[in-house]
Amino acid sequence: MGDQQNTITLVEAVTQALAFELKNNPEVVVFGQDVGANGGVFRATEGLQERFGAARVLDTPLAETMIAGVAVGMATQGLRPVAEFQFMGFIYPGLDHILSHATRMRNRTRGRLSCPVVYRAPYGGGIHAPEHHSESTEAIFAHIPGLRVVVPSSPARAYGLLLAAIRDPDPVLFLEPKRIYRAAKQPVPDDGEALPLDRAFVLREGCDLTLVAWGASVKETLEAAEQLSASGIEAEVIDPATLKPLDIHTIIDSLEKTRRCVVVHEAARFGGLGAEIAAQIQEYAFDLLEAPVQRVTGYDTVMPYYQLEGAYLPGVERILAGARTALEYSRCEPGSSISANALSGGEALP
Amino acid sequence: MHKPRLQLQASFDIAHLQYLDNQGKAIQSLPEFATPDWLTHCYRQMQLARLVDDRAVKLQRTGRLGTYPSTLGQEAIGIATGNALAADDVYCPYYRETGALLERGVTIEEILAIWGGDERGQNFQHSPSDLPICIPIATQMLHAVGAAFALKQRHQQEGVPLQAAVASSGEGATSKGDFYEAMNLAGVWKLPVVFVVNNNQWAISVPRHGQTATQTIAQKAVAAGIPALQVDGNDVVAVAWAVQDALQRARNGDGPALIEAISYRLCDHTTADDASRYRSAEALQQAWQWEPIKRLDRYLREQGLWSDAKQQDLDRELATTMEMALGNWQTRTPEPVTAIFDHLYAQLPEGLYEQYDQLRDEQQQGAGA
Ligand SMILES: Cc1ncc(C[n+]2csc(CCOP(=O)(O)OP(=O)(O)O)c2C)c(N)n1
Ligand SMILES: [Mg+2]
Repeated sequence: MGDQQNTITLVEAVTQALAFELKNNPEVVVFGQDVGANGGVFRATEGLQERFGAARVLDTPLAETMIAGVAVGMATQGLRPVAEFQFMGFIYPGLDHILSHATRMRNRTRGRLSCPVVYRAPYGGGIHAPEHHSESTEAIFAHIPGLRVVVPSSPARAYGLLLAAIRDPDPVLFLEPKRIYRAAKQPVPDDGEALPLDRAFVLREGCDLTLVAWGASVKETLEAAEQLSASGIEAEVIDPATLKPLDIHTIIDSLEKTRRCVVVHEAARFGGLGAEIAAQIQEYAFDLLEAPVQRVTGYDTVMPYYQLEGAYLPGVERILAGARTALEYSRCEPGSSISANALSGGEALP
Repeated sequence: MHKPRLQLQASFDIAHLQYLDNQGKAIQSLPEFATPDWLTHCYRQMQLARLVDDRAVKLQRTGRLGTYPSTLGQEAIGIATGNALAADDVYCPYYRETGALLERGVTIEEILAIWGGDERGQNFQHSPSDLPICIPIATQMLHAVGAAFALKQRHQQEGVPLQAAVASSGEGATSKGDFYEAMNLAGVWKLPVVFVVNNNQWAISVPRHGQTATQTIAQKAVAAGIPALQVDGNDVVAVAWAVQDALQRARNGDGPALIEAISYRLCDHTTADDASRYRSAEALQQAWQWEPIKRLDRYLREQGLWSDAKQQDLDRELATTMEMALGNWQTRTPEPVTAIFDHLYAQLPEGLYEQYDQLRDEQQQGAGA
């Protein structure tokens, strides 16, 4: 795996966290399609069956309803199931068990039973995959009461957050941005140190603009921030990491300085998490805002087959355009009904 | 301990059908449809499927095609199934179906477009009622049941002859609820639908015995009360007989059927897979002895229906067909990016005009830059 400093990729960090928990907590079981001998189609469970045995790292038959549902039963009886869905696009048959049971067991039994299960799935586009292999539908899951939705954007956060997710007493959907599974390496000591859930991470400090992004989009967002910096604008970049529940305080703290905000996500725009973040910002910090919160997102279309996925995914240019709209915005004169700025959208490009 | 006396309530058996054995010897006389013309047609089409697969895998390896699921070693199932369908039957294919699609008149260009990341490939020009290839496992089986319901209703209300729907899948798919639910409803409503399962022994890395404890896949139909047959999936005649027979019964109003066709996936799961991680070279080597093309070749030569000269002609003809298709595919104009909005609804709702314009403008700026 890594070198002496244990410099590893995001997907290797997932494996490392799974191995740490398998080693140190006998209650942990890892299962899903092809997670055994094959080590998962992305190799996230590489070597785990060999190390921890086929009784704790198990290939399942091909059925997501089953994977989601047996995890519920296991978790109610004291196990810590970590279930893999092969792709986010194949979780949906399991939705019934996530929505109707895993996230309700504690409430329904008034605390007598609980469901400390982690559902893992690779998600997101940009890898030239066939249909259903590129979706970002985190908002569907974030809407479910009782669920945590966690997305790492670096090897270190993948390790620390997955440890936290497995140790958390409630169900977690852990979405792994597959486009950056191997995009970068970073030293990640295998020290078993979890990172906090429900806390946003400030990835870059700045006082002119707040950029909020998670998963693979963090890469383009940081690039956009660098380009803005070259023209004298310092953007603060925040990765919420836990999308539900949302650490809005870190975002509001940032807005105290910047007063302008752009939310970036691959997922479709309508009802996406950008909408939730923008709504919370205006609820908590309306008076701070110098510009409407901008959303740079995927379009409200089906995720296209790969020939057109580049046009769908928000890239650096679109993030910069959103940033400029936020930065150039000025309040309209009292009396005029609607701001021309607000409707011109991406046309504020230089 | 008390042992109660029990009465036998139900029992079942599963039959297996084979005409051509491993060596290409006919172990029983062939059905009437297996004329020299039909046999050589199937032989040609199986070779075409293998050629398309081979070229597609090479295109993927050189970065010109996306992930591709080859049908290597499973050509007989697709060709026999596609061949048995009538033009106005409805086919609901899964993703590993190059041969069946070719028999349905789907063009090589369309197949390459699908795996080359272009939705236009699913807009089949020659089989307008067939469903597109389906990736979420086993879901197509329910669609086939719904299609069969519609066919039955059209038959009853409009007096047109009863047509049938066919869904294909792998054996892994038979672990999913959709598969049981589809068979169950098809049985209850006695619908004209046939389920063809390509049991190629693997669902990615999970072997057949990791999928189910049943002795056969076919017997899963017993619980739904529908007839089932297991066939040698490397024997194109056996698969064709089974599908034709099931279709005939479906069209006669006798209801659904399940066919388990035993084959072996001689390729990786897809080009994204490396099967050497989980299966032995010996197992693979062994399975090559059963493959369907060599078997038919032997039979045809034995019957005096095939020769080296004919094979040379065929090789040339298929190579030309393939090259033409590749040329057409490679020179196809790319779709405008705004196509992602064009087929979202029958008519684009006004609420999406702004996004549409934004995408178009972005594209124009990008193109101008
Ligand atoms: C609902 C769903 N889950 C998982 C997958 C990922 N996947 C694609 S093919 C496959 C194995 C299918 O095996 P089988 O049904 O035997 O068909 P084969 O590919 O062997 O022809 C899996 C797990 C999927 N496409 N859909
Ligand atoms: Mg299979």
